[in-house]
Amino acid sequence: MSRAGSIVPEPIARQPWAMLIPLLLLVLFGAAVLYSAAGGSMQPFASSHLIRFSVFLVMASIIASLPREFVKFMTYPAYIGVLLLLIAVEVIGQVGGGSQRWIDFGFMVLQPSELMKPVIVIVLARFYASLPVGLITDWRAILIPGALIAVPMAFVLLQPDLGTSLAIAFGGAVVMLLAGLPMRWFIGGGILAAIAAPLAFFFGLQDYQQRRVMTLFDPESDPLGAGYHIAQSKIAIGSGGIVGKGFNNGSQSHLQYLPEPHTDFVFATMAEEWGLIGGIFVIGIFAIILRWGTRVALTSRDRFSSLVAAGMVATIFFYIAVNLMMVMGMAPVVGIPLPFMSHGGSSMMTNMICIGALMMVNRWNRNAPRGGLEN
Amino acid sequence: MAKHRRNQPIVSASTLKNTFDRRSMVVGSIQGGIGVLLAARMGYLAIAENEKYRLESESNRVNLTLIPPRRGWILDRNGAPLASNRADFRVDLIPDRLVDADTTIDEIGALLSLSPARIADVKQKVAAVSGFQPVEVASGLDYEQFAALSVRLPDMQGVMPQRGFSRFYPTGPSVGHLIGYVGPANAEEYDEEERNPLLITPGYKIGKDGLEKQFEQELRGEPGARRVEVTASGRIIRDLDTREDIQGEPVRLTIDGPLQDYAARRIGLESGSVVVMDCATGDLLCMASMPSFDPNSFSDGIGSVEYAMLREDARIPLRNKVLKGLYPPGSTVKPMHCMAFLKAGIAPDEAITCAGGRRIGNRFFNCWSNHGRVDMAKAIYQSCDSYFYHFAQLIGFDKVAEMAKLTGMGEEFPLPVTSQFYGTVPNADWKRNKFDRDWEPFDTVNASIGQGYYLASPLQLAVSSARLATGRHVMPRLTMDATPKGFDQVDFPDDHVRYVRQAMSDVVNGPGTAGRGRLPFEDIKMAGKTGTAQVVSLSVSDGRSGPWKYRDHGLFTFFAPFDNPRYAGAVVIEHGGGSGAAYPIARDVMTFMFDPAKGLEKLNALEKQWGGTAQQRLDNKYARYAAERGEAVVAAPRRDEDIFDQVEAEARVAAQQSEEIAEDFVAPREEATPFGAPTPLPNQTIGPAAPTASPTTPAGTP
Repeated sequence: MSRAGSIVPEPIARQPWAMLIPLLLLVLFGAAVLYSAAGGSMQPFASSHLIRFSVFLVMASIIASLPREFVKFMTYPAYIGVLLLLIAVEVIGQVGGGSQRWIDFGFMVLQPSELMKPVIVIVLARFYASLPVGLITDWRAILIPGALIAVPMAFVLLQPDLGTSLAIAFGGAVVMLLAGLPMRWFIGGGILAAIAAPLAFFFGLQDYQQRRVMTLFDPESDPLGAGYHIAQSKIAIGSGGIVGKGFNNGSQSHLQYLPEPHTDFVFATMAEEWGLIGGIFVIGIFAIILRWGTRVALTSRDRFSSLVAAGMVATIFFYIAVNLMMVMGMAPVVGIPLPFMSHGGSSMMTNMICIGALMMVNRWNRNAPRGGLEN
Repeated sequence: MAKHRRNQPIVSASTLKNTFDRRSMVVGSIQGGIGVLLAARMGYLAIAENEKYRLESESNRVNLTLIPPRRGWILDRNGAPLASNRADFRVDLIPDRLVDADTTIDEIGALLSLSPARIADVKQKVAAVSGFQPVEVASGLDYEQFAALSVRLPDMQGVMPQRGFSRFYPTGPSVGHLIGYVGPANAEEYDEEERNPLLITPGYKIGKDGLEKQFEQELRGEPGARRVEVTASGRIIRDLDTREDIQGEPVRLTIDGPLQDYAARRIGLESGSVVVMDCATGDLLCMASMPSFDPNSFSDGIGSVEYAMLREDARIPLRNKVLKGLYPPGSTVKPMHCMAFLKAGIAPDEAITCAGGRRIGNRFFNCWSNHGRVDMAKAIYQSCDSYFYHFAQLIGFDKVAEMAKLTGMGEEFPLPVTSQFYGTVPNADWKRNKFDRDWEPFDTVNASIGQGYYLASPLQLAVSSARLATGRHVMPRLTMDATPKGFDQVDFPDDHVRYVRQAMSDVVNGPGTAGRGRLPFEDIKMAGKTGTAQVVSLSVSDGRSGPWKYRDHGLFTFFAPFDNPRYAGAVVIEHGGGSGAAYPIARDVMTFMFDPAKGLEKLNALEKQWGGTAQQRLDNKYARYAAERGEAVVAAPRRDEDIFDQVEAEARVAAQQSEEIAEDFVAPREEATPFGAPTPLPNQTIGPAAPTASPTTPAGTP
């Protein structure tokens, strides 16, 4: 496994550097962009971004070291725990007289819906891993996971947080797809969704959410309202050109034309100053990370590991794709940050849990006996 | 496969693993595809649409603000400024950007210690204007106030303190009516100028009245521009570059600034106007109209308290009386009527007998006195009415009216003024058109002494005086770049002119009706003609006492020196109680003209009695008024135009006041304080046909 005599000590050499180094570069690059977004200052964004990353990297290493049996054992209790937290958010919100997404524990503010994203992946992987092989085409194979997804989704929608509930659904759906459910169920589900979407749009969405969706099709209709964000973001990206306006020279972000230049629209902030080259760099690093994650999933020897890994990749991918489509004017403004670059503790935590889980599976893969076919 | 009815493969761990691998590849490919799509989209934005977005980003970042051009100065004939600019600090509000208008205005008011009335005005204006129009809160701030406000700026959206220039009128009220004033453009003016962005630039003012309005395009100049980097909320980060403004052209008037100021102040507590012209060029040297407003205080709009004070003043400080005051000219038309008689072939020594009046047709019409034998000269210097009754009737009033029009009565002069009233020279056709009634002998009688339907403005009286004095068809001019006109047109033969000059000199310097009008110079003599115009019938008022608005107007036309006229003019004092109110003013104005020190000495003495200069009195009055009534005033009409339209409409109505008594013979009044006037017969006999309008002849004249 390790070559004796190497200069690099074994515990360091076995870390997945192919993923970690690009990730580190991306986080540092993100910090540079945040430094610029703060008007050329480490405070308040860049320094806390780096501190959070360091803290969550430790957390990811701890996750990576968890044994498989322990994870399997803890899966359902964790799911129930997070669900209780979601209910607690709703209750506190009701009592406090107004919707909220947070629980303040004093030492930290927790957004339970974020935790649910990786947890739903693991719980579904656990379910399908323990489901007898023959039952995969059975109705139970979809009904129970459907319920497992639907319950937390419902609570998150109540908050209301469309973006996160879609992320939960997406992670769950990808695990179900990869678990081998019959394809026709997905096709049927797609048709159902196509019918349900307009209904959900007109009856399910809040007024401001409806407007955001509508603006996507006609951004100029409301240049100072919902369309303003998209228009300014496109201006920032488009005006950056190939090489950008130069570090710390972005007028769109520095003069506050760009909304949320440090969170949801951090990619636009970056693109304005670093241009297409910076954009390709960011997208390229995401590709490297996701490709590594996908490889981890494919090289897994057992069903649970591979489903966990693939679900985590899907969860990270969902963040990236929706955020980038949003800032480039291809998706409505839903408030999903860009992993590893946006300033924000919750998304950093979620994404580092995913990374941690991938590293964990990667470690299992290395340690697993070659023919391990346990489930 | 065929044995499975529903085409269902046998599911095993290895098929699931295959499915997983296959589907993972598909999902991965889709993810990769989306990644490529995103990169392509970004490339499209950054390369294909780069130019478009670069422009949009620049137009976001860079804000072009106009720098209001400094307005051209208005100069007097000697190049002294009547309207200039002075650098000051000012504060404007952009109503659109205010978050909480009332709170912000209150805060600014407290910072700058504005009066409650001013704060109320600003609130009202902010509520009324449309969003783009800046509203001036205060100008002429000192540096400390300006700095205090600038420090608080980040908390106050929509408040714009800036350095700029504001219009300054050194002589204030003296030039109010003549020059007008400036103010921010209103919505209509903005639309009229095709939404010129200059008009809504904070601090930019356009001419609102008088010459400021008339010469707007010349005075305006070219705005400068400042390119600044701004944030999305409009805060200025830094200057990029600046183009200086180009100051507007100066306008040089024929007005003599010191004379204008002197005349305006000399009017004193009276309400009236003084016009002085140069006989050699037609230059208008002075067009004073008082009481007036202070154009300096109008530039940020007319405040409610100020407006209420000006509106309630019966002397109508908002009306330019030189151009828009119409008065029956009274006896001032007599020298001019004599010109008509001379032209019709009446010899100057042809005399009549005044028996305290004269029978015209079958009716006896009173004269203001009993003059006995009267020839033309005596008719002028003693202002005998009977003479004019007789000869006007003899040659027919149409000929007289023709002469009146020749000398400028009823004429609209080609002057750069926003509007002028041209009055009435009545004749048979005019009366038929207007009232559908025939011309009666008493109409001739009334008109022959400048009463009845006759109406003239002080400007017309001054022009008429200049034309009589020179014999030429003098045209008035107001700007130095206009060419003098009319001097090649001879209106009157020299011998006629000399005769009338001498008779008019005798009015002042001889046994005439204006003995106290003599100039305090040995070698300069002023010629003139008094006039007293009644506005109501004798049954209402005796013209000298009682309610102010029923008193007679006092008029005086003059020129000097009498034998070689250099200056001609007219003084009209509204409801002055007779010509005695007018000619002392003309005397002092002419004194000032020839010897300023002597003139000022007289004025200073008078102003001590009156309680200060016109400016000081106006300021005091405002302070008193604001203290008494400040809280309870009615808001001013929102548009300045409405205010002045209203004033003009009222001026037209006021001008008709004297028409009401023209329905019958207007018994003439005593001419003021003549020296050596003949003693009139006591209790002058009553005209048989005019018992109600008969004069209670003045008990005696000094």
